[in-house]
Amino acid sequence: MKANKAGLSEERLGYLRSRTRKKRLVILARAVILVGFFGIWELAAQLKWIDSFIMSCPSRMIETLKNLYSSGDLFTHIGVSCLETVIGFTVGTVAGSLIAVALWLSPTLSRILDPYLVVLNSLPKTALGPIFIVWMGAGSGAIIAMTLAISLIVTVLDVHNGFNATDPEKVKLMRTLGAGKRQILFKLVLPANLTTLVNALKVNVGLSWVGAIMGEFLVSKAGLGYLIVYGSQVFKMDLVMTTVIILAVAAAVMYQGVLLLEKGLKKYMGVSA
Amino acid sequence: MSVSVEGVKKTYQSPEGEISAVEDISLEIRDGEFISVVGPSGCGKSTLLSIIAGLDKPSAGRVVINGEEIHGPNGEVGFMPQKDQLFPWRTIWANVTLGLEIQGKKTKERLEHVRELLRRYGLGEFMKKTPGQLSGGMRQRCALIRTLATDPELLLLDEPFSALDYQTRLSVSDDIYTIIKQEKKTAILVTHDISESISMSDRVVVLTGRPSRIRSIHSLDLFSGLTPIERRNHPEFRSYFNAIWGELDESK
Repeated sequence: MKANKAGLSEERLGYLRSRTRKKRLVILARAVILVGFFGIWELAAQLKWIDSFIMSCPSRMIETLKNLYSSGDLFTHIGVSCLETVIGFTVGTVAGSLIAVALWLSPTLSRILDPYLVVLNSLPKTALGPIFIVWMGAGSGAIIAMTLAISLIVTVLDVHNGFNATDPEKVKLMRTLGAGKRQILFKLVLPANLTTLVNALKVNVGLSWVGAIMGEFLVSKAGLGYLIVYGSQVFKMDLVMTTVIILAVAAAVMYQGVLLLEKGLKKYMGVSA
Repeated sequence: MSVSVEGVKKTYQSPEGEISAVEDISLEIRDGEFISVVGPSGCGKSTLLSIIAGLDKPSAGRVVINGEEIHGPNGEVGFMPQKDQLFPWRTIWANVTLGLEIQGKKTKERLEHVRELLRRYGLGEFMKKTPGQLSGGMRQRCALIRTLATDPELLLLDEPFSALDYQTRLSVSDDIYTIIKQEKKTAILVTHDISESISMSDRVVVLTGRPSRIRSIHSLDLFSGLTPIERRNHPEFRSYFNAIWGELDESK
């Protein structure tokens, strides 16, 4: 086998080269799609194929973004929505997991509550929106309640399922070592379900955005959902489109943050469970 | 440590009715003795082990260990499950010290004892590794050391080699046998593998099908002092095998 200076075989070098080539191709294709999408949109607007009053266009969106930024409102709106979402998915995941722990500790309680959980899970949570507004007033409280309503029950069901699926042989082993329920929970069930918990968190990020925007549609004076509704009511499609793009970026950044958290957690736990 | 199983019966209740798993088993196990329990699959072998471990309550009868009746798991009986059941999120060291951690006995001397066990049985340099990085045989040895760490005098082995391939199983059972004898533990091994039972134990208890009773007990004094591999090559090995196999075949 021929070898070069680094001692790599021709075949290996070929493999590495084709790998780099494929990687570059993927990145290039992604950039082309992004630039192409906005480019064609802009072009269509400039050539009057589409009515940019209705469809908006990238140049007008950039203008809108500048105005939002210079008026100082941009980060207020992003901040409000992000805060509502973060509170929503944090409380949803933590409270949901705690309820799941309670159900795991008491199989009887879990059997009693089962039909209620099923009904609550099937109920379209947006129907509860008006109730929250009446109870909690037209503000962030009602919106956070909305995010919780959407994420809480799913979390309880998923996490509880995960807990119950813990290998019974491992539970048996823990018992023979003299472990009580508390130790089985902390030393076996929780670490064994790290993936379940992180997945619940990931799902809840998405659900909380739905809850927050939904809530802001119904009632609010600030936030990205508010901007979208306001923009559509006064027929400023530039504002609506711009906000949707900001929303997409904010949600993606937050999701990446959760992925980083997951990486950190798994590293902390030593091994991915 | 002597174990005395006295008239143990176990019936399982379910909405469909009751199932009698174990019917009147009495057995005396001497200090330092290695006993195997074999029986047709689905007989109450594992149930019997669970009762001795205190995980299951007998419907009648009792288990007395060193003069004291067993009422629940107390961490004094070491249990080695099917498969190694090492926790993948813990290092080997954290796995083998799990029992001490649970019982709040992580004293300097005990930890040193565990370290010594790991070293003695060839796992000293793998303490910081994770279970996934070890071979099946090494994992099984870790599982035994996890059981030995709390220094139980009685070991219960529930088909501990069933997940290993044949080659590994032979060498691991040799290792485990040696370790148990060196550490002077009393052991009860449940298995469906007749050769395994003859190669490792002082006595083989043959159970009938469900509800299980003791069909016969074979004393293997002839083999005392021999390792499992040596026993497998002994001319008398075959005749014990045939006798036990015949009994199991009849009770189907």
